[in-house]
Amino acid sequence: MKPRRGACRRLALWLAALAACAGWARAAGAEKLTVAAAADLRFALDELVPQFRAAHREVDLAVTYGSSGNFFAQIQNGAPFDVFLSADVDYPRRLIASGLANRGSLFLYGVGRIVVWVPAGSPLDPAGLGIHLLEAASVRHIAIANPQHAPYGRAAVAALRSLGVYDRVSPKLVLGENIAQAFEFVESGAAEAGIVALSLALKPGARGRYWEVPQDAYPKIEQGGVILSRAPAGPAAQFRTFLLSAEARRILKRYGFAEPQ
Amino acid sequence: MDWQAIGLSLRLALATTLVLQVVGMPLAWWVAFSRRRWKFLVEAVVALPLVLPPTVLGFYVLIAIGPRSPVGALYARLTGGLLPFSFAGLLVASVLYSMPFTVQPMAAAFGSVDRKLLEAAWCLGVSRAGTFRRVVVPLARPGIATAAILSFAHTVGEFGVVLMVGGNIAGVTRTVSISIYDQAQSLDYSGAWHTSLLLVGFSFVVLAVTYSWQRRAWMLWPPH
Repeated sequence: MKPRRGACRRLALWLAALAACAGWARAAGAEKLTVAAAADLRFALDELVPQFRAAHREVDLAVTYGSSGNFFAQIQNGAPFDVFLSADVDYPRRLIASGLANRGSLFLYGVGRIVVWVPAGSPLDPAGLGIHLLEAASVRHIAIANPQHAPYGRAAVAALRSLGVYDRVSPKLVLGENIAQAFEFVESGAAEAGIVALSLALKPGARGRYWEVPQDAYPKIEQGGVILSRAPAGPAAQFRTFLLSAEARRILKRYGFAEPQ
Repeated sequence: MDWQAIGLSLRLALATTLVLQVVGMPLAWWVAFSRRRWKFLVEAVVALPLVLPPTVLGFYVLIAIGPRSPVGALYARLTGGLLPFSFAGLLVASVLYSMPFTVQPMAAAFGSVDRKLLEAAWCLGVSRAGTFRRVVVPLARPGIATAAILSFAHTVGEFGVVLMVGGNIAGVTRTVSISIYDQAQSLDYSGAWHTSLLLVGFSFVVLAVTYSWQRRAWMLWPPH
């Protein structure tokens, strides 16, 4: 029994030392900046974040992706984020109204677009069928983001209604927790089609075809960001300026975000 | 309050428990009595859901039951339906997810049955199946009940796996935990509060009843 207890203790010490090292390595970096970003930004930010890091070596930037509504609720309950990049400008506005975000730091960084998306192996042709692709009998499930709390989900439902197919296709709808999960449902083959963000359909390595839903078929998905009150002033403002730069706008455009007016 | 989701969760938990009683009992029997050298491998596989994040299980289940996998394709050919985003798909996931909660208490109960009683039954000419039915099961009844109740309660409380494979369809895959998540996300805190409270109460009552009932059961059939 005795030697075994010794081994356990040694293992515990090792683990503690390892944990301490990991903590120290992080703390040794510069000022931390934590960004909560809507899931549709993932691939654009994959390209943008290294550029920001290269230009601002003194900032330790970390990005978390999720549904905007989820982040909104978390921030209201004290989540430790510094910048919030929402898929819907309404959430940042409400955070400013409740004093959790800096008045005057609100900025629009893009306008989201939605597409009907099918995986590469699908026999259906989105370009020819348009929205009516969703009515095809071989489409049994249509993945969208949850309209209760994801802006892209609300846009998808609005588009289905205004294009007059909602009643026929609503029994087929399956809801992703955010737009990235809706995309995953289609990409994995579990759903035959989906209404997803153009930014995801354009991601590197995406194998599928899409039809863009006319932008007048749904309320504009104005994507807005805001700096939260608890943020370190310098790095947060630098990140905001960077996202509004011509170079960042060019990349965002390439990933399917229209320019905000 | 989302009664539809509550009803669905109860149905799913009941179905999962029933399937697990049928599937889990022979497996638990084997785990308890087999002398194969590689038994530990099976035990490890059965216990995997205890340590794996539900996201891992959910992710693999989604791919494994999707139309591109052999399992999903076979199911589609047999039934014409698809497993993801259906009650049957959730049931498959839940059975895997709650497997250790059935097999472990059952195997422990089977294993603690006095070996002498088994041998006595065999000497009296009772078959192995007969011994199991007439000696082991009655003696292991508290363990079997624990297995059923834990599986039921664990399935009611399932969240991550359902989130990964369910697709959040009202009445089909929107279980009560997903419904609470939706309510909290859409800032309907009073709704989330009420449903959560109901779930806390329900879970407490189930566990309290189990423990009190077990104590009495143990008094009737004392452990050796």
